[in-house]
Amino acid sequence: MFEFKKSLATVLAVASLGGLLGATAAEAQTLKVVMHSDVKILDPIWTTAYIVRNHGYMVWDTLFAVDEKFDVKPQMVDKYDVSADKLTWTFTLRDGLEWHDGKPVTAEDCVASIKRWAARDSMGQKMMGSVASLEPVDAKTFKMVMKEPYGLVLQSLGKPSSNVPFMMPKKTAESDPMQQIKLEDVIGSGPFLFKADEWKPGEKIVYVKNPKYKPRSEPANGLSGGKVVKVDRVEWLAMPDVQTQVGAIQNGEIDMIESPGHDLLPLLAKDKNIKLVNYNPTGSQYTFRFNSTAKPFDNAKVRHAVFVAFAQEDFLKATIGDPTYFKVCKAPFVCGTPLDTDAGMADVLNGNAAKAKQLLTEAGYDGTPIVLMQSTDLQVLTNLAPVAKAQMERAGFKVDMVSMDWQTLVARRVKKDPPSAGGWHAFLTSWVAADILNPVMAGFFNASCDKAMFGWPCDTEIEKFRDQFAKESDPAKQKVIVENLQKYWVNHPTHINLGQWYAPIARRANIDGNLTAPVPVFWNVTKK
Amino acid sequence: MIDFIVRRLIAIIPVLTVVAVLVFLMLRLTPGDPAAVIAGDNATSDQIADIRTKLGLNEPIWTQFVIWIGNMLQGNFGESFFFKKTVGELIAQRIEPTLALAVCTLIFAVSISVPIGVLAAYRQGSVLDRVVMGFSVVGFSVPGFVIGYCLIYVFAIELGWLPVQGYIRIGVNFWGFLERMILPSLTLSVGFIALISRITRASVLEVLNEDYIRTARAKGLSNRVVLMRHALRNAAVPILTVIGLGIAILIGGAVVTESVFGLPGLGRLTVEAVLSRDFPTIQAVILMFSVVYVVVNLLIDISYTLFDPRIRY
Repeated sequence: MFEFKKSLATVLAVASLGGLLGATAAEAQTLKVVMHSDVKILDPIWTTAYIVRNHGYMVWDTLFAVDEKFDVKPQMVDKYDVSADKLTWTFTLRDGLEWHDGKPVTAEDCVASIKRWAARDSMGQKMMGSVASLEPVDAKTFKMVMKEPYGLVLQSLGKPSSNVPFMMPKKTAESDPMQQIKLEDVIGSGPFLFKADEWKPGEKIVYVKNPKYKPRSEPANGLSGGKVVKVDRVEWLAMPDVQTQVGAIQNGEIDMIESPGHDLLPLLAKDKNIKLVNYNPTGSQYTFRFNSTAKPFDNAKVRHAVFVAFAQEDFLKATIGDPTYFKVCKAPFVCGTPLDTDAGMADVLNGNAAKAKQLLTEAGYDGTPIVLMQSTDLQVLTNLAPVAKAQMERAGFKVDMVSMDWQTLVARRVKKDPPSAGGWHAFLTSWVAADILNPVMAGFFNASCDKAMFGWPCDTEIEKFRDQFAKESDPAKQKVIVENLQKYWVNHPTHINLGQWYAPIARRANIDGNLTAPVPVFWNVTKK
Repeated sequence: MIDFIVRRLIAIIPVLTVVAVLVFLMLRLTPGDPAAVIAGDNATSDQIADIRTKLGLNEPIWTQFVIWIGNMLQGNFGESFFFKKTVGELIAQRIEPTLALAVCTLIFAVSISVPIGVLAAYRQGSVLDRVVMGFSVVGFSVPGFVIGYCLIYVFAIELGWLPVQGYIRIGVNFWGFLERMILPSLTLSVGFIALISRITRASVLEVLNEDYIRTARAKGLSNRVVLMRHALRNAAVPILTVIGLGIAILIGGAVVTESVFGLPGLGRLTVEAVLSRDFPTIQAVILMFSVVYVVVNLLIDISYTLFDPRIRY
């Protein structure tokens, strides 16, 4: 009997070892990742949701892309030329670009894609406002003729975050931009193929390496350079519970978590099999948004008083905690980017309650309670509103903090009703740095009244600065415009920037190669 | 019996009508705008308004209700606002994990709770009885997600015996399926075991004091036969009733358990749909749960006749 048991144990051990080795060999090139959210929508032009943008980078390619320093580099484009009068831009595509269905990428596809993107994206709309014509010249070349010189052509076509101008086949790109593309039209020319048959919303989305993709010859740098895929398959698994995510990565069931909660980072840091990597050194920026149409925030001096009353560090400590993962930064266009400047910011964000109180008196603030919306279900936002309330009350504001889940807040912030009747005065949110790199891109700087984002600031001076910036192509002059804008804006704020924070990815020790970029991408990633 | 079943099935109609009206109104009257969720954070007011129009959310609420009910009567649950799939397809995709979880939980719960309940009653006042009753208090009191995390820590992370999360379809790999079902169904069954074992103990205790049990013993029947054939069978009706009522606990528990163990089932679909205000999906899933609850309890009522011949419909 003993001998039988021993033999059985040996057989089982060998079988399980064989099974394990077999499983390891089969799964070695499959990267299992938990992203910050499940992919429910597949059209990155139709929505601005970050998870759909990330999905877009897997499937589709871009004409231009930014490198680590946010310099715009050609991606699908081989060469481009701008006429001496800066009115005619000519773009030529690289050789060998192919859609996933085997058809060649043509200039017609790109023209249609730019038009569909511009119908949805505010930066695209701004660019198209200066475009006289956009036409294909031949199969690989297209021409954009401007009505007047426009300084942000490359920045627009190389926009790194939502909405990203992804290139799609003409048939898809000519569909109604107000409708999502169909499942069967998720065909790109990017480094991964989308496996429509394996997409199970709420469970997983699967991508496999595109064997026909021809990467650029330059090394990968940010979102630019050669997109060399080093795994066979990437699975994004839907796993909403952060504690379960941590258990799964500790147990080796998954390879990577895009954004583990900050409170769980110490636990992950202790595990020698897991590494925390900050792939996005510019991170995100916390922001306090005013409803500029609601009294008393229709008065610029009252908004300025809030700017004076706030101190960034309290917000960052209350939400992120560990200083490794936050940075006090007064530059509204983010520290560490080409437009990093704190011009005009010396007297604000210092937590000066006495000065703020004096400004409120001068502005004639009548004690109207400020309806401050607090979202309670997103960990990285929950503690912001109580800090804002405390700092505003210290300055003499009356604050009525209303708690709700994020989706309720999202629905309420588009309402223009008076704050006492279901509207609002202010809320706090966060922007990925890649969305706010300049005053045209940064949605909260749009001060075009009803056409602006919720909060609807109406300020012709700010709009003039934005137009000047858009028409200027010299980076040095663009920076001067930004400095002047900031000096004006700080007294007429549309929002308040509350510092930068970072969310590292957690990955197993055998995973490497995550690129430093404003968006998590999966080319160049290796699994040993 | 047929009359009874037909009457009960007809009674489902007003129940579902009330549920449909309540769910529809609650969703429309509580805050939240699916168009704003779909559009994403960077969307402008115009973009959100466009999406609202496309989704038909600008129609008067009664028009929306009539359209929805009309479609439902034709078996069309509508299309999810988010997934670009019909709600029927979504439910079909997600039903297997929830069904598997429910069945495994019921098997676990009934096979553990009924014997320990009977034993606790038989040995009333003993250490076993106190342990069972103590367990049932703990089982009731500790939230399911805490039990889930504790089980994950012990059996998955520390011992490495079972996976932390995930689901493998039964047709793909049976052992993989079983491996991934153990911890979730154990988690969900703890509260159920507590409930059923307590009721079993109480029912069996009551029956054990009946005259016919004394008679059975006087006839010289063994304890096993007395307990299983005479006591448990007569105590079965309240136990079955509790199992039927417990389906509601099961549905509620599935929402939490599926999230903790990463099971792509209907519970998680409900949470996702609620968080993203996916009205067609929420409405269909809640209606489906209502139908399941009513039908299961009808089956329980019918099963009474198997255990107690005095019951006639």
